Amino acid sequence: MKKVFTKTPVLKPVPFHYCPGCGHSIAHRLVAEVIDEMGMRGKAIGIPPAGCAVLAYNYFDIDMGEAPHGRGTAVATGIKRVLPDRLVFSYQGDGDVAAIGTAETFHSANRGECITCIFINNGVYGMTGGQMAPTTMVGQPTTTSPGGRDPKFHGHTLKFTEILAQLPGTAYAVRTAVHKPAAIRKAKAAIRKAFEVQMAGLGFSVVEILSPCPTNWKMTPVQAIKWIDKQVTKEFPIGVFKDLSAEKSHAD
Amino acid sequence: MKRDEELVLMKGAHVLGEAAIRAGCRYYFGYPITPQNEVPEYMSQRLPEVGGTFLQSESELAAINMVIGASMAGGRVMTSSSSPGISLMQEGLSYIAGQELSVVVSDMIRGGPGLGNVAPSQSDYFQATRGGGHGDYRQIVLAPASIQELADLTYEAFDLADRYRMAVMILGDGMVSQMMEPVRLPVMRDLNDLPKKDWILDGAEGRPSRIVRSLYLDLGVLEEHNWKLVRKYEIVEREEVRYEHFMTDDANMLVVAFGTAARIAKGAVKRARREGLNVGLFRPITLWPFPKDELRELSRRIHNILVFEFNAGQMAEDVQAAVCDQAEVISYARPGGTVPTAQEVARVIAGQYYQREIQ
Ligand SMILES: Cc1ncc(C[n+]2csc(CCOP(=O)(O)OP(=O)(O)O)c2C)c(N)n1
Ligand code: SF4
Repeated sequence: MKKVFTKTPVLKPVPFHYCPGCGHSIAHRLVAEVIDEMGMRGKAIGIPPAGCAVLAYNYFDIDMGEAPHGRGTAVATGIKRVLPDRLVFSYQGDGDVAAIGTAETFHSANRGECITCIFINNGVYGMTGGQMAPTTMVGQPTTTSPGGRDPKFHGHTLKFTEILAQLPGTAYAVRTAVHKPAAIRKAKAAIRKAFEVQMAGLGFSVVEILSPCPTNWKMTPVQAIKWIDKQVTKEFPIGVFKDLSAEKSHAD
Repeated sequence: MKRDEELVLMKGAHVLGEAAIRAGCRYYFGYPITPQNEVPEYMSQRLPEVGGTFLQSESELAAINMVIGASMAGGRVMTSSSSPGISLMQEGLSYIAGQELSVVVSDMIRGGPGLGNVAPSQSDYFQATRGGGHGDYRQIVLAPASIQELADLTYEAFDLADRYRMAVMILGDGMVSQMMEPVRLPVMRDLNDLPKKDWILDGAEGRPSRIVRSLYLDLGVLEEHNWKLVRKYEIVEREEVRYEHFMTDDANMLVVAFGTAARIAKGAVKRARREGLNVGLFRPITLWPFPKDELRELSRRIHNILVFEFNAGQMAEDVQAAVCDQAEVISYARPGGTVPTAQEVARVIAGQYYQREIQ
């Protein structure tokens, strides 16, 4: 019998602790599959965040080192500067990347650090119980914006990947989603591209992934993916904001 | 430790950088701050010459996290800063303790609190010796009093950090980093001779994957991790205590001071001796582990102790705790980046000496 689907060997045989319908599980699988398909299991080093994915090292069967909340790209920078031929990536939530870690992410990108930031945008602080994140949408209620986000009061929704794309050190900046099969396939291709850009030494790469958090959105998993389709992707358009590898191949 | 034959005249900050490189340090991450800007400047020029990497980070917060990454990857790595920058690094230093990483940090203390001033100070003694970050942890703290000692201790710091997998802090001040003195530099280490590490993250090629972390959620596991750290710290306390005696043999009064203050105190003790006072100096070189047993021993016969430091009396608490009530401990404390002369200190010594004689 032909085997058409199997678990990737880059994930350990350990069940995820994520809530039903959580996007982290899909994103983990995509990253692991890409590492496997690129034959990089022995060369990959991952940096999990403080956030719901803090235990990612229990799942990925690669070398992994914990970073303090928000400092993923700084830790990744240190690793990459010592081991420039390894595949080094941080895996971070939106609070991690774009609130407490804004400066580290921004400057890692601006330095053109050859690392990849996998940026899970679920619009809330998942781990700490659904507080407002920099990515929370206008009107969206959270446990610290119970009446919904009011930009006059809480500040504006931050689209950080677009900002990172403007930095000369950023080689690849893309927003993807994991709410339906076609989007998931594209997200996987984007992760692969980001890793390739890194290994080609072109600079910083960031893959933002719009990801459901049914628990803190107070939705069922199905409602959550519909919400991404109808609302989140309107505010956060899916697409490639920068791709230096494309420009390079045009020039070639 | 093998040193060059040649004696060279160098500034403290440059010696710190050169001794680190000769110890095998190839990675430096840092952010400028007075009075030690010459450390990053020196490293930015010197590290590329030996195939190393210098990176000026966007903040001390970023610097210490880059140091964390470089240490995870197995590099001999350091950062350097001064008080406000070291405050920013405290979260990272706590992670370094929990993750058991090998890291060297230098802190050239300036007057505080806040922006304070840039004059020589020892006001971060508590921050350095107690650990300014969260959690139950320790770091080794080395306090050089001369440029030669700065070279030697910096060189050794990397081996200590590797041996115990913990942060080693070189604690000085603007005097240590700005002063020029003749020095014999330790010889360049062969990188191939550095100890191999079986815990680093360098890609799980042909071996099981590894994790570096400080998170232990399961009940009791974190306690066990903490006890493991405590056992390690106990070994450090047993093996690594360093101090200097100066004319303590026949002394009936003891001055205790570290770093630059000890240098000034030594001059003061010499003056006092010329005037016929039997005074000695005890200088802790490791501030943690603190030489408490040695001090306790001394206090059995010397009951008059003056602790002189550039702060409001921080080490005095450790001296008092070490000697209990075997001796009277008087604190001569000068906070705010004030550096008294040997003459001034000698006057205080004489005052204290005669007060005891009269009693
Ligand atoms: C310095 C510090 N501040 C706060 C926290 C608490 N904390 C842990 S994760 C987190 C937010 C997580 O949200 P996000 O980054 O969006 O990731 P998610 O959990 O949603 O995947 C916070 C505030 C911490 N660990 N460290
Ligand atoms: S809280 Fe949200 S982000 Fe965290 S595991 Fe649950 S669904 Fe996922």
